[in-house]
Amino acid sequence: MSIADSPTMRRRKLFKGLSASSAIRIGGGLLAVIVFVAIFAPWLASHDPIAQDLGKRMVPPFWYPGSDPAHLLGTDHLGRDYLARLLHGARVSLLIGLGVTLCAGFIGTMLGLAAGYFGGRTDMLISFIVTTRLSLPIVLVALAAVALGGASLKTLAIVLSLLLWDRFAVVVRAAAQSLRSREFVQATQSFGASHLYIMLHGILPNLRNTLIVVATLEIANVILLEAALSFLGLGAQPPTPSWGLMIAEGREHILFDPWLIALPGAGLCLLILAVNLLGDGVRDALDERRP
Amino acid sequence: MLPFLARRLIVAALVALAVSAVAFGLMFVSGDPAVVLAGQAGRAQDVELVRQAYGLDRPIPLQFLSWIGNAFAGNFGTSLYFNLPVAPIIAERLSVTLVLGSAAFLLALVVAVPLGILASLRPGGTIDRIALMLAVLGQAIPSFWLGLILIVVFGVWYGLVPISGTESWQGYILPVVVLSYYAMPALMRLTRAGMIDVLTADYIRTARAKGASQPRVLLVHALRNAVLPLVSLAAVQFGLMLSGSIVIESVFAINGLGRLAWESLLRSDLPVVQAIILILSLIYVTLTTMADLINAWLDPRLRSA
Repeated sequence: MSIADSPTMRRRKLFKGLSASSAIRIGGGLLAVIVFVAIFAPWLASHDPIAQDLGKRMVPPFWYPGSDPAHLLGTDHLGRDYLARLLHGARVSLLIGLGVTLCAGFIGTMLGLAAGYFGGRTDMLISFIVTTRLSLPIVLVALAAVALGGASLKTLAIVLSLLLWDRFAVVVRAAAQSLRSREFVQATQSFGASHLYIMLHGILPNLRNTLIVVATLEIANVILLEAALSFLGLGAQPPTPSWGLMIAEGREHILFDPWLIALPGAGLCLLILAVNLLGDGVRDALDERRP
Repeated sequence: MLPFLARRLIVAALVALAVSAVAFGLMFVSGDPAVVLAGQAGRAQDVELVRQAYGLDRPIPLQFLSWIGNAFAGNFGTSLYFNLPVAPIIAERLSVTLVLGSAAFLLALVVAVPLGILASLRPGGTIDRIALMLAVLGQAIPSFWLGLILIVVFGVWYGLVPISGTESWQGYILPVVVLSYYAMPALMRLTRAGMIDVLTADYIRTARAKGASQPRVLLVHALRNAVLPLVSLAAVQFGLMLSGSIVIESVFAINGLGRLAWESLLRSDLPVVQAIILILSLIYVTLTTMADLINAWLDPRLRSA
């Protein structure tokens, strides 16, 4: 009896299988709700997220005494409806997360493909660029670039896109290296196909699963960075309803109204948790299918 | 070993050079550095004056060479805000960040490695499931938010710790906890995965067969091999902690390197920001190079790679 057939191994696999699929279900469900909220935020929220009502400032949410039924989750220091801001905040996080991951994923995939497929000097050069990028203190470089380029969500998105391609490059490089010598790639070469054609039509389609997993986990990373940079004042600018910025704005009132920071933070936690669960679940599920 | 050492050091030196180029190049992100240095009130003749005073009228490669030459001699220029040399300002703040980062790093190791070993003993068991669940939850909490929540709970509601500053050692408790928890999931997962791999190896069965006790098998036989990937990850995590402390330092109002960088950015004090980026990158390069050398020392097979 080989080790793989032993009952303990089988039980482990079963457990892992169960946990992977339930992770996908919980993470995917949660993410679907957040995406729904983000898309339909203007219709779900009864207030404008940036409309101020200075007569109704710092109204507490419904579980505190003195709450206002018109503002379920209260209002902030400028009298803006907190529920509307939270719902619209999901939009900012998701848009930045998806947009930056797509751009960074494109850069990283191209670099990784070239490095893995050509090998030799190309590989040395690209690996060197990756090592250099990994050696840079990412939060600080992003902060500096955003500060110098003029703080806004657009600058932030561009800077993060130019910085966060490293994981894509590393993973794609390794995968392309192992595919390069496979028969079907060599066959395509013998037909006289161009390098670009082989990379895009021969190798890239085989990397789909890997890319999905990396992209999912990278989205969570981007969302956290956007929140941190906006929190430090060098990302989304007022009055944009970004969760990170809302936490920064609520910070002055932390002594008496901690719910102002608790709510956007909880939104961030739920979103990251959903994305990570989904990513981990998909990775485990794909791992098991591998022979 | 010697050729390996030489090759590794040459790569490290080249990376250090490339990193310096990035730190130097930041000056040009906003366009003309002389305009930034002259400030918002700067008139055209002021800009011209600044350009000559800072040598910005020279060719860029020459500027880079003189900047990097000075930097490696320990001269990072003059802070525009303090009007003092950058190096001593940074040295003072770096020690605070190093204390914070080292303490957080030790705490992360002390919690994550034993937890990973315990989880690896019974994959899928209760401890394993709790540890993995904690890891997933831990990675979902933004550190700056956790910091603020802990300040509210332990500083404001219970009054157990000071809510900001590092006048007393108690001021370090919350920042160290917050900075360390973010590295724990990765360290724990890697320890667990490494131990699970190693524990099924034949030589572990041999060790058990000759009557070695469970602690001896785990700590002497298994951990030594499982720890190899951990050395690299630990170096990376320590580097990330030092640069990631920028957020934590601003939450807890700690006068470390990160807070200095942030404040310098807000007041456009570029020489300080460049120096901090360069120093943090060099620390990271040193750490990862050391990790590679330690790994090569632990596992001779890696020396040929």
